Amino acid sequence: MTKEEIRREILRILGEDGRLTSSQIAERLAVDVQEVAETVAELEKKNVIIGYSAIFNESELPESKVKAVIEVKVRPEREGGFDKIARRLSRFPQVSSLYLMSGGFDLLLEIKGATLQEVAEFVSSKLASMDGVLSTSTHFLLKKYKEAGKLMEEEEQDERLKITP
Amino acid sequence: MNRSYIAPHIASLPKSGIRDFFELVNTMEGVISLGIGEPDFVTPWTIRESAIYSYEKGNTHYTSNLGTLSLRKAICGYLSDLYGIRYVPEKECIVTVGVSEALDLAVRALVSPGDEVIYHEPCYVSYSPEVRMAHGVPVAVPTRVENSFALDPADLEKAVTEKTKVLLLNFPCNPTGAVLNEEQSAKIAEIAVKHDLVVISDQIYSELTYEGAPNSIASYPGMKERTLFLSGFSKGYAMTGFRVGYACGPAEIIDAMMKIHQYSIMCVSVNAQHAACEALKNGRQDMEMMRREYLRRRNVIVKAFNDMGLPCLNPQGAFYAFPRIDSTGMSSLKFAKRLLLEKKVAVVPGTAFGECGEGFVRCSYATSMEGITTAMEKIRDFLDSLKK
Ligand SMILES: Cc1ncc(COP(=O)(O)O)c(C=O)c1O
Repeated sequence: MTKEEIRREILRILGEDGRLTSSQIAERLAVDVQEVAETVAELEKKNVIIGYSAIFNESELPESKVKAVIEVKVRPEREGGFDKIARRLSRFPQVSSLYLMSGGFDLLLEIKGATLQEVAEFVSSKLASMDGVLSTSTHFLLKKYKEAGKLMEEEEQDERLKITP
Repeated sequence: MNRSYIAPHIASLPKSGIRDFFELVNTMEGVISLGIGEPDFVTPWTIRESAIYSYEKGNTHYTSNLGTLSLRKAICGYLSDLYGIRYVPEKECIVTVGVSEALDLAVRALVSPGDEVIYHEPCYVSYSPEVRMAHGVPVAVPTRVENSFALDPADLEKAVTEKTKVLLLNFPCNPTGAVLNEEQSAKIAEIAVKHDLVVISDQIYSELTYEGAPNSIASYPGMKERTLFLSGFSKGYAMTGFRVGYACGPAEIIDAMMKIHQYSIMCVSVNAQHAACEALKNGRQDMEMMRREYLRRRNVIVKAFNDMGLPCLNPQGAFYAFPRIDSTGMSSLKFAKRLLLEKKVAVVPGTAFGECGEGFVRCSYATSMEGITTAMEKIRDFLDSLKK
C-alpha cells in the first residue's frame, strides 16, 4: 500500500469505529503500528481528524432533547463573504453543525437544546437579531432514523446456515 | 422393493465424508462459525430496493431463456470493463441459477460418457459429482502449499490424456484463496491450446481479488474461443439467496447450454434478474466496500494463525484462510471435531475439498471482525490445551 492508500484506509476505518487502537488498525492493514500511529497523529495535527465521539440517541440527554435545523439567509460582507458571520455563529455551543449552502438560503445550522422554548429563544434573541442575518426558517426534528451512516434501529439479521461448502 | 430404483451413477456418487460433521455443527447451539461459504453482509440496499420495485411494477413473467437482454448487456459490459474480454450479449451469454447451474449446463453440454475432466484439488465440493452425473471421468490434480496452491502447469500436463476434454479451473480458489500468476496462466493456456481442451473457468470469487486487478484465463492468446467464463452475483455482491449467475463463451457452447437450460429451468427468476442488473449498474461501490472489509479481516486472521503457530498463506482472493494444522498431530477432521466440541468454533476440515486437503482446515472470514477475533482466541486456547 502507498502512503496515500494507508492514509485513506485509516480514515475509512476510524470513520466506522473511532475506538480502534493503532495496533488494531495496523493488523487490519498489515502495516507497521508505528506507521499507523504516526499517520493518525499527523491527521489529528492537520485537523483532518477533528475529534472522536460516540453516535448515540441524543434525546437520552436532557440538554439535547430537542433538535432543529435552521435555514438562514444572510447578507455577505464586502470582505470575508460569508465566513465572518458563519464563524461568529459557529461559536455558540447550541450550534452543533453549520454549513454554507447553495440554493435558496445561505447557511444551514443544526441546533440542540433542552426544550422548544430554549431553541426558540436562541433563534429570536441571538440568531435573528444578529447584524447581517436577513431571515431564518426553523424546522424542528420529530424523529431520527439514521445518523452519521448508522441506522438508529438495527436491521433484523437473516439467519445463515451454520456451515456451508 | 428387491432392486434399487436409483440409477447406478447416482447411487455410486460418494456421500461427502464430512456430512456427519456438518450435521453435528448444525445441531449445536452457540457456535462461532468460520465454516460458512457465503458473505455475512446482507445484499446491498440499492439491490434489494430494486427487487422490491420490480415486483411493484408487476414484473412477474417468464423472460427470454437466455435471460433478459438488459442483464446480458450489463454482464457483457461489465466483463469488458473488468477483463477487457468482449462477449456478444445476444449469443455469447446466458443467465443461470447461480454458477451452480452454469457449471451443470457446461459439463452436460460438453462431456460425453468416458470423457475426462481435469480439475485441481482441494476444490469446491460440486466439481467431481457434476462430472460423474454427466457420465464423465473426474481427474483431480493436487495443488500444493509449496506452490501457494496454484495449479502447477507441469502437473496439469502430466494429467492430460487423449480422453481429456475439459479443464475446470477455479481461481481465486475455494477453499485455498489461491490465484494464478501471469506465468502460470500463460503456461496453462498453452497446454489447453496444445491439447485442444475446453476450459471452464469458475470465477465466482473474481471480484474478491486482493492484490492487483482480477484476471481471467480467457484473456490469453487462443483462449477466448475455448473458454467458458462462469461467474455470478453470490459472492462479490452478497446475493447468494437471489440465485443468479452467468456463463459467457463461444456461441456454439452457449447455445448447447441454452437447450438444456430451456428444458430444465426455463429462465432465472425475473425478480432476481432485475436485482442483478441493479448490482452491475449501481452496486459497485457497495461491492468495493465489502471487498475492503474482507481484506482487513484477511490480514487479521492470517496474522493470528501464523502468530499461534499454525502456518497460513496469505490468500490472494475469495474469503477463506487455509491454515496448516498437521503440527497438532491430528487429522483435519479430528481437529475440526475437537475444536467444535471443546471450544464451539466451527471450521471445515480440508478433506471436505479433496484428499490433499488433509492437514489443513478452511476458515471463512466472511464473519464479523468480532467473531473472528473471538474465534482466534478460542483456537489459541485450544492449542494451549493440547500442549498440557
Ligand atoms: C467455487 C464455487 N463455485 C460455485 C459456487 C456456487 O455459487 P452460486 O451461488 O453462484 O451457485 C460456490 C459457492 O460456494 C463456490 O465456492
